Amino acid sequence: MENFSIYLSGVGGQGIGLISEIMLRAADHAGFRVKGVDTHGLAQRGGIVVSRVRIGNTVHSPLIMSNGADMVIALERHEALRSINTALKDGGIAIYYNTVWQPLSVRLSQADPVTEADIQNECERRMIRHYCVFHETLVDARMQNMVLLGHIDKLNLVPGIATEHYCRAMADLLTGDMLERNAHIFNEVRQPTEP
Amino acid sequence: MKSMGDMLLTKTPFAEIVMGNTALVRAMIESGTCVVTSYPGSPTPEIATAIQSIPKEKRPFYFEFSTNEKVATEVAYGAAVNGHLSTVFFKSVGLNVASDTFVQLALMKLIGGMVIVLGDDPGANSSQNEQDNRHLARMSYTPVLEPSDPSEVYAFYKVAVALSKEQMMPVLLRLTTHVCHAKEKVFFGGWAPEPIDPTPRFDATHENYIPIAAPLVFPAKRRALERLNGLVFHDKLLSLTKVVDHGNKQKGIITAGLPFLSLMDVLDAAAGEKPDVLKLGAVYPLPKTVILNFLQTHNDVKILEELDDVFEKEIKAIAFDKGLKTTISGKLDMEDWIGEYTPDKVADILRKTWPALLTKKRDLPQDLPPVPWRPPQMCPGCGHRSAFFAIKQALQDTDITVADIGCHTLGFLPPYEVGKLLMCMGASTAIGSGLRLYNSSRNVVVFLGDSTFFHAGLPGILNAVFNKHAITLIVMENGTTAMTGHQDHAASGKNFNEPTEKIPIRQVLEGLGVEHIEEVDTYEQAKLKALVEKSVAIDDFSVVIARHPCMLKFTRERRKKPGYALYQVDIDQDRCTQHFTCVERFGCPTFTRASDGKIAVNQDLCIGDGSCRQTCPAAAISAPNKA
Repeated sequence: MENFSIYLSGVGGQGIGLISEIMLRAADHAGFRVKGVDTHGLAQRGGIVVSRVRIGNTVHSPLIMSNGADMVIALERHEALRSINTALKDGGIAIYYNTVWQPLSVRLSQADPVTEADIQNECERRMIRHYCVFHETLVDARMQNMVLLGHIDKLNLVPGIATEHYCRAMADLLTGDMLERNAHIFNEVRQPTEP
Repeated sequence: MKSMGDMLLTKTPFAEIVMGNTALVRAMIESGTCVVTSYPGSPTPEIATAIQSIPKEKRPFYFEFSTNEKVATEVAYGAAVNGHLSTVFFKSVGLNVASDTFVQLALMKLIGGMVIVLGDDPGANSSQNEQDNRHLARMSYTPVLEPSDPSEVYAFYKVAVALSKEQMMPVLLRLTTHVCHAKEKVFFGGWAPEPIDPTPRFDATHENYIPIAAPLVFPAKRRALERLNGLVFHDKLLSLTKVVDHGNKQKGIITAGLPFLSLMDVLDAAAGEKPDVLKLGAVYPLPKTVILNFLQTHNDVKILEELDDVFEKEIKAIAFDKGLKTTISGKLDMEDWIGEYTPDKVADILRKTWPALLTKKRDLPQDLPPVPWRPPQMCPGCGHRSAFFAIKQALQDTDITVADIGCHTLGFLPPYEVGKLLMCMGASTAIGSGLRLYNSSRNVVVFLGDSTFFHAGLPGILNAVFNKHAITLIVMENGTTAMTGHQDHAASGKNFNEPTEKIPIRQVLEGLGVEHIEEVDTYEQAKLKALVEKSVAIDDFSVVIARHPCMLKFTRERRKKPGYALYQVDIDQDRCTQHFTCVERFGCPTFTRASDGKIAVNQDLCIGDGSCRQTCPAAAISAPNKA
C-alpha cells in the first residue's frame, strides 16, 4: 500500500498509548510494515501526548513531517484542532472523541475554548473528512479510546486494516476483564445492536 | 495477552514489535549481561519496565535502581572489575552526575566488560538541556555507538558488549529519545542461557586500579589511547557503517543515528539526483578509512549531524590532513545546532545547503484557528497542589523560592508561580544558601522531592547546617519517584527486588544535625501554611516535610482492588458565588469554567480526594459522592 501516516494525540492519562499500540499491531497483523513512536515528555502530568503510527514499505523515520499525516486521531477536542493544525494534510481524515479537558488558560478565562464548530469550519475549509464521536453511556472515561477505535473500524478509515486485525492486536495487549470490557465497547460501537 | 517477560526469555529466534528500550533488554539477555544498574530518567525508564516484566526468580541478571547515576556507575564498575559483564543506563544529564567516575573508566581494565547506555535528549523533550554527551565520551576516551532504530539498538548493544569484553574497556551506547521510544518489528536471535560464573576475579596483583599521579596515570592513559586507536580499523566497528549508494559521484552526505532516518524520508521526495549517504554506526572513534574513501569519491559532502559539530570537525581534519579538495559543509548557522533533526528540520537544512535538491517546500496551511496552549500540570488530587496553594499564602511576594527536579517543579507555572529558579538534581538547597548571603530582607525557601533528597540533596543540606544558612527547605515527599513513573527510593519501603526498611527522611535530617524539622500532610493546608510561616521566621536552617502520597499512583493501585468505587465532588450551584478560587488559585484541572462563569466538575478527571473543599470560600464543593 501507499504509505499511510497516523498522528494520534490527547492529554496525559487518556489512554493514547493503548490505542496507538493497537493501531501499530493491527497494521502488523494486516501484513504491513509499520513503525511508531510516542512523545510523552511531561505528559503524565496533564500535558499533551503525541504518538505516530506509520504504515508502508518506504517509511524510514517514525516521525511525521508537519501537515504530513494522512489521518489524525484525537482523544480530546482541543488536541484534535491542534493536531489538525500542525500534523494533518489538507484533504486528510480527522476523528476525535468529543470530550474537553480545559487547558489552564481557558480555566483562567484568558483564552476561548475550542468548539465543535471551530473544528467543523476548519475541516471544511481544508477539505478534511472529519468525524466527531461520543458515547452517551460510557462509564469509564479511560475507554474513550475504544469508542474511537470502534468508529475507525466501522468507518474503515485505515485502508487494509480489518476488524480481525484490531481484535488480534487487542488480544496481544490485554487480558481477562480488561480485554473483555475494552472489546465490549469496541464491538458495541463497531456494530450497534438492532433496536 | 502476550507477556513481555516470556517474550524476553524466548530461547528460539523470534520477531516482535518492541520499542528501542525493550529491544535493549533482549540484547542484554542474549549477551549474558550479569549486572545492570540505573537511576530513573526519561527516556530510559522503560528499560527497567521491560526488566521488571521478568519475574525476579527468572531474571537472568541482577538489576537495581541505585540512589543516583554516579552510584549506579560505580556499582556496575565494581561488578565489571570482578569479571561480570555489566551495564548502567540513565538519562542524558545523568552523565553529569556520573561523570566523576565515568571519566576514569577508560583508564581501567574492565575484565568483565561494561556498557554505558545513555538516553540523550535532542529537542529537550524532558530534560533541562539538550547536551551532546559525545563531548564527555571524547574527553574520557570512551567509544560511542549510535543506533537509529530499535533493530539497531539490539544489534549495536551486542557489538558494544563484544568490543568491551575483548578490549576490557567501557563502550557507550548513545540512544536518543525517539530511538528509545521508537517501535518496530525486531528480529531477535536465539538465547542459550549460561550459568553466571560467581568467581570474584578482581586481580590487583597483575593490574593497577589506583590512578594516582603520573607514574600510575600515564600508563593507564596510554593504554586507553592505544585501545581507542586500535578500534579505528576494527572490523566490528567498521561493520556498523552503512553506505546508501545512489550512484552519485558528485554529492554525498555523512550522518548518524535518528537523523539518518529523517534524511532517508526527505530524500524519497528529492527532485534532483539523490546524494549518496554514509551512515556512521560508531561516531567515536570514526572509521577513518571509510570516511576518507567517501570524501575521495564525492566532490561535495554534507555533514548532517544533530546537536554539536563533533564529527564534522574531525572529518574536516581528516580532509585537511590528506589535502583533499572535496567541498565539505557542516553546520551553516546557529539553528543547525539546536533541536532534534526531525524530517522537517533535515529538509530545511538540505534546502539551505543544496537549494535545487528538494522540490519546493510544500505550502503549509495558513490562517490556522487558535488553540490555547496546554502546559503540563499536577494531577487531580496531587498533594503538591495543596502544598503550593498553602505555601503561597505563607510567603511574601518578594521572597525567593527555588525549585528542584521532579513533579513539584511544575509549581513554577501559573497559578502558583512558586519555585522561580531551577538547575539540576539536588541543587536547590545550596543555590538557596547562596541567595541568602548579603540578603536579610527576602526570605529564601527551597524545595526538594524525596527521591532527589537521596539522589543529590544531602550534600547541600549538610552544607546549610554546617555553614549556618538561614533558609527553609520544604521536602515535597510523595513516597515515590513520581515524574519518571513511580520507581521506589530509600524511603519507599522497598527496592526494585524486595521489601526493605524505610529510611525516613526525618531521621536522615536529624542525623545531619538539622534542629528545626516540622512534618505535615499537605492536605492540612492551614497547618502547612502556619508551619511555613513559623519556619521562615527562624534565623537558622529549617525544614518542613510536606507529605502526601502520589495520588496518581495511589488511585491506580486503588482501582485494581476489588470493590473499588469512584467518588467525585460536585458543585452546589446555589452556594457557588463564582469566586473562582477553585479554578484560578487552587487550579485543579477537574474544575472547568463555562463562558457564563458557571463552574463544573470534569467527571473524566475528579478522583474524589476532596482536597479542594477547604479552598472554597462559599463552601460550595460537596463532599465526594459515589459517581
